[in-house]
Amino acid sequence: MTDGGSMSLAEASNAAIYATMVTLTVAMVLFAASFASGRRRTTSSSSVASRETAEGSVAVIDRVDTAVAAEPGRRLANVAMSLTWLATGLLTVGLVLRGLWAGRVPWGNMYEFSISSAWGVLVVFLVLSTRRDLRWLGLFVVTPALLTLGLAVTVLYTEAAQLVPALKSYWLVIHVSAAIICAGAFTVAASAAALSLVQSRREQRGLTWQGVMASTPSTEKLQTFTSRIIAFAFPLWTFAVIAGAIWAENAWGRYWGWDPKETWAFITWVVYAAYLHARSTAGWRGNRASWIAILGLVTFLINYFGVNIFVNSLHSYGGL
Amino acid sequence: MSDTRVEAVAPPLDSQGFLRWAWRQLTSMRVALILLFALAVASVPGSILPQRGNNPLLVDEWIDQQPILGPLLDRLGFFDVYGAPWFAAIYLLLFVSLIGCVLPRVGHHWKAMRTPPPIAPRNLDRMQAFSYETVDVAPADVSSHVSQELRRRGWRVRTGSDAAVDGDPGGIWVSAEKGYLRETGNLIFHLALVLILVAVAAGGLFGWRGNVIVKEGNGFSNTLTQYDAWGGGRLATADSIPPFSFTLDDFDVEFERSEAQRGAPRLFEARVAVQNEPGAGAREELIEVNSPISIAGAKVFLVGHGYAPSFIVRDSSGDVVFDDDVVFLPQDGNFTSTGVIKIPDSNPQLGFRGLFLPTSAIDDIRGPHSVFPDADDPSVFLSAWYGDLGLASGVPQSIYSLSTDEMEQIGLRALVPGQVWEFAQGEIEFTGWTRWSSFQIAFDPGKEAALVASVLAMLALTVSLFTRRRRIWLRARDDEQGSTLVGVAGLSKSEAGDVSEDVRAVQQIAADHIAGRKAAANETTSNDDRKSEQ
Ligand code: HEM
Repeated sequence: MTDGGSMSLAEASNAAIYATMVTLTVAMVLFAASFASGRRRTTSSSSVASRETAEGSVAVIDRVDTAVAAEPGRRLANVAMSLTWLATGLLTVGLVLRGLWAGRVPWGNMYEFSISSAWGVLVVFLVLSTRRDLRWLGLFVVTPALLTLGLAVTVLYTEAAQLVPALKSYWLVIHVSAAIICAGAFTVAASAAALSLVQSRREQRGLTWQGVMASTPSTEKLQTFTSRIIAFAFPLWTFAVIAGAIWAENAWGRYWGWDPKETWAFITWVVYAAYLHARSTAGWRGNRASWIAILGLVTFLINYFGVNIFVNSLHSYGGL
Repeated sequence: MSDTRVEAVAPPLDSQGFLRWAWRQLTSMRVALILLFALAVASVPGSILPQRGNNPLLVDEWIDQQPILGPLLDRLGFFDVYGAPWFAAIYLLLFVSLIGCVLPRVGHHWKAMRTPPPIAPRNLDRMQAFSYETVDVAPADVSSHVSQELRRRGWRVRTGSDAAVDGDPGGIWVSAEKGYLRETGNLIFHLALVLILVAVAAGGLFGWRGNVIVKEGNGFSNTLTQYDAWGGGRLATADSIPPFSFTLDDFDVEFERSEAQRGAPRLFEARVAVQNEPGAGAREELIEVNSPISIAGAKVFLVGHGYAPSFIVRDSSGDVVFDDDVVFLPQDGNFTSTGVIKIPDSNPQLGFRGLFLPTSAIDDIRGPHSVFPDADDPSVFLSAWYGDLGLASGVPQSIYSLSTDEMEQIGLRALVPGQVWEFAQGEIEFTGWTRWSSFQIAFDPGKEAALVASVLAMLALTVSLFTRRRRIWLRARDDEQGSTLVGVAGLSKSEAGDVSEDVRAVQQIAADHIAGRKAAANETTSNDDRKSEQ
């Protein structure tokens, strides 16, 4: 691919990433259209009816899964889902090409970490969508992924270069890959948490804004969904922090030094621990827990953008 | 669960009552939540303000620039947040709360694991939307098969039967519970957090670390006096420093030369010959940035490097008064480095301030500086002084600074390797350069335990979060028509749990069993038929 006229690996990678962004933009518009045209569902029963008892909820059998009537928005959302798959494929190609060009994992600077995080967001969403209907969430996942990519190609773009020696370790691969999946999961969780807050206001006010939010699951379902994702992501984040500590021990001779990056990783960890606690604490289970889930993502983003750009840290490998 | 506790509105007034009230508050989930938030918030200032442990020079600078706020924040511990009493208060309270919360739960859980599940609720069959199945197999047959199969699948099972009371026909029931690992994992996770704290504390008390600069070709032996900087925990003693030594035989560096990220370090490695103790055999080792070596329990890390230009100084009579490589400290990414040479043994005493440029350049704004970190075009800029170095005063001086209060300046000169600068009091020859590397040597007796405890915490947490605690019940009884009515229901004890799959599984077990029975019955019938045909 190096002879005159044809693209270099780097250009091919960039082209794939631009193609991703175009595809995602279309997906976002379709998701938004589908969201806006949402209708109130006709189905009233789900597969499990539950009932409150003194001990918790009792599920009773109801084997009939009522088919959901086709709605106009659903077809748009289906197309948007397919486009999201396509975009994720293109982004994967972009990342692989970037890695091939640089001759290493594509996680050497903020540009690369950003496109990897966008990839993580999309992959977490798509993997979850194979197990349940997540079309209602599409808009709120594709939009942050697109924003991240936009930021990456405009502000953070860096020519590929090799890693500085402190980053050259297989712990980098382990630590960063866990962090990328966590970025994805935390983003999806925060989106669902934000939606649950909106939905809860709607439910309290008695079904105003019927059109837009009606096709979104109930507040309780959104909260459960959020907590499931965080229950998956929290142990993984714990793992990422431990891997980071092992890496730091190897590189700098101490496993924990309260460097700003480490401090914020700790803060994120504590906030999500608080989230899990809140889910078991009377009076904190509902909207307050959702706010904590959003706060968790905020601390994660502060660590990523704030610390890389503004703070003088051992970890400032931004390449800016 | 602690969150179901009734929260006292006001504390009781007698002291015992008050203590009990306070303890109950401290060990409540709500206070744990508040303390977790407090911990998160308290961690923030340490990431914004410079910290003594990481950057003492920056702290001093900050305090100098903010004459009012600086000393105040300093007094309140804001430049050593993670060692500050208020920070410790938060995490210690959190851990006291944790222990007070978790220990009683260990007892409860221990008992729960030894007790069969509670009997099936009677109102199971009165549930809304609950549909019986009617089958042709005897109630005891269904229930014994289902309970057997559930046991095989790891459920804790209890069976029994209820006599009919008015309005409720009774029948045989199976009560099964699964997912005890959720609580087990949760408890182990919390206790492992305590272990982590203990391990970190032990490392802090008994551990030590030091920094030392070693020039290529020189050696280091592990005693306090050889360190440039050394710090130990309260219980670390000079005896805990093993008597090893090593020689830096060779140090290699490479820098990026292509346009993108030009000058970024690509490789550094130090080849050392190590002796575990005086008189022991030497072994060759390679220390790289991410691969420290271990000597006698301590770990030796490569943390930095720089240049040591070499000089020969002669006095006015031509005698050599100095012949050595001098450690210069890098000032920027391109290793523009500064250092001083002091020669107390010449008459008069001589001193030099120097600037070493591995790849030299000079411009009007920045003056002499280096444009690439490797030594492609090295030179030194020296300013020479004679007089009194001030070493006799007894006040210790840094080897990196020259006090010129009692000295006269001779002049300034730039030299390339091999050049000599002659002046009235003698001459200095810049003969070349070598490299030095700096090592951090650390001993942390708690780190293995901290690692084991964190991995334990992570695994226990994963088990806990991925396990659902749930109960299922089956009730079977004769109906009025001589068939059997079977009902199944479930209860999730974990937040946001869904037991429909388990309920379906039990139905499947029952259905398979019934189908099996039917097939067996048909077979016997057809066998009987065949027999009667013969
Ligand atoms: C260092 C501080 C703490 C951290 C990081 C922490 C973290 C966590 C996490 C991540 C969970 C969810 C995992 C699971 O359910 O297995 C959890 C659950 C729990 N924690 Fe903590 N915790 C801390 C302190 C405490 C304290 C002080 C208490 C008691 C007041 C407490 C009581 C509980 C209880 C009862 C649960 C179980 C909730 C349930 O049943 O779902 N924890 N904790």
